[in-house]
Amino acid sequence: MTKRSEIVLAGSGGQGVLLSGTLLAEAAIQEGSNVVQTVSYGIATRGGTSMTEVIIDDDEIVFQQVEKPDVVLAMSPEAMTKYEGRAAEGALVLYDTTLVAERQGENLRGFPFTDTAVKLGNVGLANIVALGFLCGASGILSRERLEAVISERFSEPRRTANLTALRSGADAAAEALARV
Amino acid sequence: MKNYASLLQGNEAMAQGALYAGARFYAGYPITPSSEIAQECSKVMPKLGGVYMQMEDEIASMAAIIGASLAGVKSFTATSGPGFSLMQENLGLAIMGEVPCVVIDVQRSGPSTGLATKPAQSDIMQIRWGRHGDQELIALSPSSVGECFSLTVEAFNLAEKLRTPVVVAADEIVAHMRENILIPEPGEVEVFDRRKPTGDPAAYLPFGPAPDGVPPISSYGSDYIMHVSSSMHGPDGYSNNGPDNAARQIARKNSKFEHHRAEIVKTRTYEADDADVLFVTFGTVTRAARAAARTLRESGVRAGVLQLITVWPFAEEAVAEFGGRAKTVVVPEMNYHGQLAGEVKKVLGAGADVRRVNSWNGQIITPRDILRAI
Repeated sequence: MTKRSEIVLAGSGGQGVLLSGTLLAEAAIQEGSNVVQTVSYGIATRGGTSMTEVIIDDDEIVFQQVEKPDVVLAMSPEAMTKYEGRAAEGALVLYDTTLVAERQGENLRGFPFTDTAVKLGNVGLANIVALGFLCGASGILSRERLEAVISERFSEPRRTANLTALRSGADAAAEALARV
Repeated sequence: MKNYASLLQGNEAMAQGALYAGARFYAGYPITPSSEIAQECSKVMPKLGGVYMQMEDEIASMAAIIGASLAGVKSFTATSGPGFSLMQENLGLAIMGEVPCVVIDVQRSGPSTGLATKPAQSDIMQIRWGRHGDQELIALSPSSVGECFSLTVEAFNLAEKLRTPVVVAADEIVAHMRENILIPEPGEVEVFDRRKPTGDPAAYLPFGPAPDGVPPISSYGSDYIMHVSSSMHGPDGYSNNGPDNAARQIARKNSKFEHHRAEIVKTRTYEADDADVLFVTFGTVTRAARAAARTLRESGVRAGVLQLITVWPFAEEAVAEFGGRAKTVVVPEMNYHGQLAGEVKKVLGAGADVRRVNSWNGQIITPRDILRAI
């Protein structure tokens, strides 16, 4: 059995879900895995559905799209509507409670990514808070690996801001898991 | 260039492939889903001593790369459907003037501006027949980020070898896809440079006969004076409307593709040797077809894939060989009219069981879509 993970990150244009997917993919290849990231977005730079799929596999990735997600991140009500049902199929569905109404159910886990980013001083960090949470909650990649990728990509002061956001998300996931 | 597995986008890989092949001139007008090629060139080209020019439109972009190439610099542009339409006239000029250059067409959903951010494979016939006057035009189609790199290098090699424009027919999926790829070291992959004239400059004939149909090409400004015209010309490049001359020029301009056919027409097969069900594909859809073939094999159906790496000239031999052996041939493609399926039918004949799987709403063809045809 080879290690394979299928991840969907969905939100609206401008939230940065595509970048989160790229960071995830970069971290995965540093671990020696094969990666495919595909994207889907509309014609506007803000608003509209924006979505990215990341497949991580030790084997060759033949079909490039996600068919059975292991993890879904929903950053908007529209994304949640589209992917909520995947929880019943076994996918871990993470969602932003700042923007999506809270709900109970197996495999559903909410956290205020956007509120947390605002408290950190920049709403634009919500995607990185969510990325930290996703890694902590799913265990797909280590926090250290993502920290390395962020440190490589960003220069100061954005490096520190993004690292802080990632850690706050990862810490929140660790706390949430400890409570279960 | 990095030599460890790096995460690269298809568009970035095509730009990197062009640079690896020695391209040092890019002119273009950014358009989704090809814009990252322009972006990458604007960043990297000046550092390599090359030129990045943002033009006022695609007509000018095509004209600029022709001019740069005639001055001796490997040159290219990138666009999508609407821009590719505007390039047709000057693309014809490049064919008539036998100017090596590369045009990347990242196909998106049309007609017109259509679904600007969604994929399609609907420019295939335009690539082949989009210009007035009949002619040959090479088109290569990548299905992965790795192929985005390698086929762009190949496109330049063929352009230089045959003194002709070459189209890289990508699609939005592969252009915006990111995958881990290993960029080869310089020298690891062969890079071909155009053959230059030698001997007495006064005797140079830029459109003269040649054993493989490809006369050497000079550079503007050199001792070997070269006149290039869109009108019918004699071996010296100057106007000549005589019927015997026209017959010889057109025959030679086409003969070079026949002479080099084995180097141009490339296919790849996946378990196609014994396939009862054969998927004939190009571009990203190849991957869905491979997954569908694998599913069929698991259920005992002998299925395989014939990937047309070279879309034009059409791989008639391979389609006849593998398609002729199969009971059912399926052609999945992201367009309405079955542009490739028509060519497959032409080769296999009216009696063959050739089925179409088409998507024209900007949605990606999945293995499940393909399996429904069986």
